[in-house]
Amino acid sequence: MAAPTTVDLSAALITAPVPIGHWLAILPVAHCITLGAVLLMLRAYPRLQAWLAISGLAVLALIDAALLGKVVAEGPLTMVMGRWLPPFGIAFTVDLFGALMAFTSALVALAAGIYALADIGESGRRYGFFPLLMLLMAGVSGAFLTGDVFNLYVWFEVLLISSFGLIILGSERQQIDGALKYAVLNLIATTLFLIGVGILYAVFGTLNMADIASKARDLRATAPLMTLASLFLLAFAMKAAAFPVNFWLPAAYHTPRIVVSALFAGLLTKVGIYALIRVLVMLLPIERAELSPLIALAAAATILVGALGALAENDIRRLFGYVVIAGIGNMLAGVALGGTGGGISGAVFYALHSMVLMTALYLTAGEIARRGGGFLLSALGGLYRQSGGFTALSLVLFLAACGLPPFSGFWPKVILVKASLDLDAWWLAAVILGGGFLTTIAFGRLFLLVYWRPAPAAGVPSPAVWRTGLPLAALTALVVGFGILPEQLLALSQSAAAGLADPRAYLHSVFPGGAR
Amino acid sequence: MMEPLLAILVGLFFAAAIYLMLSKFTIRIMLGIAILGNSVNLLLFTSGRLTREVPPIIPANLESLPAGAANPLPQALILTAIVISFSFLAFLLVLTYRAYQDLGTDDTSEMHAAEPDDRPLPPLGY
Repeated sequence: MAAPTTVDLSAALITAPVPIGHWLAILPVAHCITLGAVLLMLRAYPRLQAWLAISGLAVLALIDAALLGKVVAEGPLTMVMGRWLPPFGIAFTVDLFGALMAFTSALVALAAGIYALADIGESGRRYGFFPLLMLLMAGVSGAFLTGDVFNLYVWFEVLLISSFGLIILGSERQQIDGALKYAVLNLIATTLFLIGVGILYAVFGTLNMADIASKARDLRATAPLMTLASLFLLAFAMKAAAFPVNFWLPAAYHTPRIVVSALFAGLLTKVGIYALIRVLVMLLPIERAELSPLIALAAAATILVGALGALAENDIRRLFGYVVIAGIGNMLAGVALGGTGGGISGAVFYALHSMVLMTALYLTAGEIARRGGGFLLSALGGLYRQSGGFTALSLVLFLAACGLPPFSGFWPKVILVKASLDLDAWWLAAVILGGGFLTTIAFGRLFLLVYWRPAPAAGVPSPAVWRTGLPLAALTALVVGFGILPEQLLALSQSAAAGLADPRAYLHSVFPGGAR
Repeated sequence: MMEPLLAILVGLFFAAAIYLMLSKFTIRIMLGIAILGNSVNLLLFTSGRLTREVPPIIPANLESLPAGAANPLPQALILTAIVISFSFLAFLLVLTYRAYQDLGTDDTSEMHAAEPDDRPLPPLGY
C-alpha cells in the first residue's frame, strides 16, 4: 500500500488572513440564522423572545449600515467560504446594489418587527412568528449579498419556506386557500430558476457570478444564452408578480396577519426584481437588450393590470396588492429601458422606495382596521375626525404611492419617464404616467371614503399606540426625507446601476489577480 | 452514450409534470410538483456529464480533472436540491390535506375562501 501523500493545497486557498471588515459580508446572514435558532428555543418566553428579536433586527440594521458604508467607501468586497479560491469557493460579493437593498430590507424588517408587538399576539408568537421572521431575513439578506448563482437559489428557498410558515400563521380558512396558491406558484418559479441554474452550469462550468459575467462574452457565439435569459426572466418575473404571472399575489397577500403582508409586500417581490436585475443586467446584458421589447410589453401590462385592479377592489389589502403589482411594472420598465438612459438607476431607486412604501402602506391598512374595525371601503369612514395626525401620515404615503411630489415616489418615476422619452419609447412613458394617474384615482377614492366620509356607525375611537404609530411614522419620515432630499439616494442608485452595467470593480473584488 | 437518453427522459418527466400541474385537482398538482422536482434533479445530474470510464480524481501531476471525467459538482448540487424539494413537498402535502379538510374540496376552481365570487365593487359615492 502506498503511503498517503500529503497534498499541498495552498495554491487553491486564500492564504492571507481575511481582513476583519470582510466578515461584514457574511455577518447579516450568520446573525439572522443564529438569532432565529435562539428565538426558537425561547418559544416559551414570548415577551423575552419579542424584545430579543427586535434588538436583533436593530443590530442587523446596524451591520447592514456598516456594510453599506464600507462598500460606498471602498467598492465591492468579497468573502469566500472555506477560503477556497473563487470560483471554487462559494463567494459572498457585496456591491452597492446589494448593500443598498440589504440595508433597506433590514430597516423595513425592524419597523415591521416593532409593529408586530401589537399585531402578533401570544399564540402567533408561540407558533414562531419571530424565529420565522429572522429566518426570512436570513434568506433575504443572503439573496442580496451572495455572489454565486446556486447560492442565490438556496437563499430563495430559505426565504420561501419561512414565508410559508408566516403566511399560514393563524390557520384560518382564507389563509390556507391563499397559502396554497402562493406556495405552489412560488415553488414552481424557484424550480424554473433551478432549471436555469442547471443549464447555466452546463454551459459555463461555473456558478460564480463574476466568473459568469467575464466568460459570457466569449461563449455568446456558441451557447444558448437567449434560452437561459428567457428562463431566468420567466422565473424571476413570476417571483416578482409581473403580468401575466401575477395572479398569485392578489390571491394571497390579503390573507395573512397584516404585518406579514407588510413584510411580504416590502421584501419578497423586490427580491425577485433584484435577482432579475442581477442576472439580466450584470450577467447577460446583451440578452437583456434583445429581450427588452418583451420586457417593456410585460412592464406596461403589469402597470395597467395593477392600476385597474386597484380601482376595482373593495378590500384595502387587495387594493394595496394591486399597487404592489403596478410598482413591479415600473421597475420592469426600468429593466427594459436599460442602463444607458438611466433605466436601471430608476429601477434601483424605485425598488428601494417601494420596499419602504409598500410596507408602510400595509401597516397603514392594519392601523385603519384597528381604528375603523375592518378592511372594506364600503364599511369604513370617519377616520379624519378620529385622528388628524394619522390622516396626515396616510395622505403622505398615498401621494408617494401615486408618484406625486414632493415624496419619494416622484423621483424614480421622473427618471423612468425621462429614460423612456430619451429612447423614443413614448408609449412606455405614457403607460407609466397613465398608471400613476389611475393609481391616484384609486387612492383618492380610498381617502375620500375611509377618511372624509362620516363614520357609518359610531365606533369606539381607539387611541394611538406607540407600537403601531412609531414604525409607521418612521417609515413615513423616510418617504418624506427621500422625497425632499433625493440627491444622495439618486447618486447612490446611479453608481449602483453603473456598477451593474460595467462590473469591472465587482470582477476585481472576486479575482484580484485579474480574471482567469 | 447516456446523455441523450437521459435528456429525453428529462423531457418526458417535464411533460408529465406540466400535464399534471395543469389539472385543477390539488393532489394531481402535488404529483406534478413531485415529478417536476425529480426531473430538475435529473437535468442537473445530466448537465455534469455521465461517465464511469474516467474517475473524477485529479492526478498528482495535473491541476484539473482529466478530459472527459464526470464533473462531481452537479451531484453536490442535486443533494441540496433533493433535500429542499423533498422538504417543500412534505410541507405542500400537509398544506393540501389541510386545505382539503378546511375547504371541503380538492378542486381548485371551487377554492374561493380567499376570493369569494360575490365580493362587491367599491362604493361609487356616498
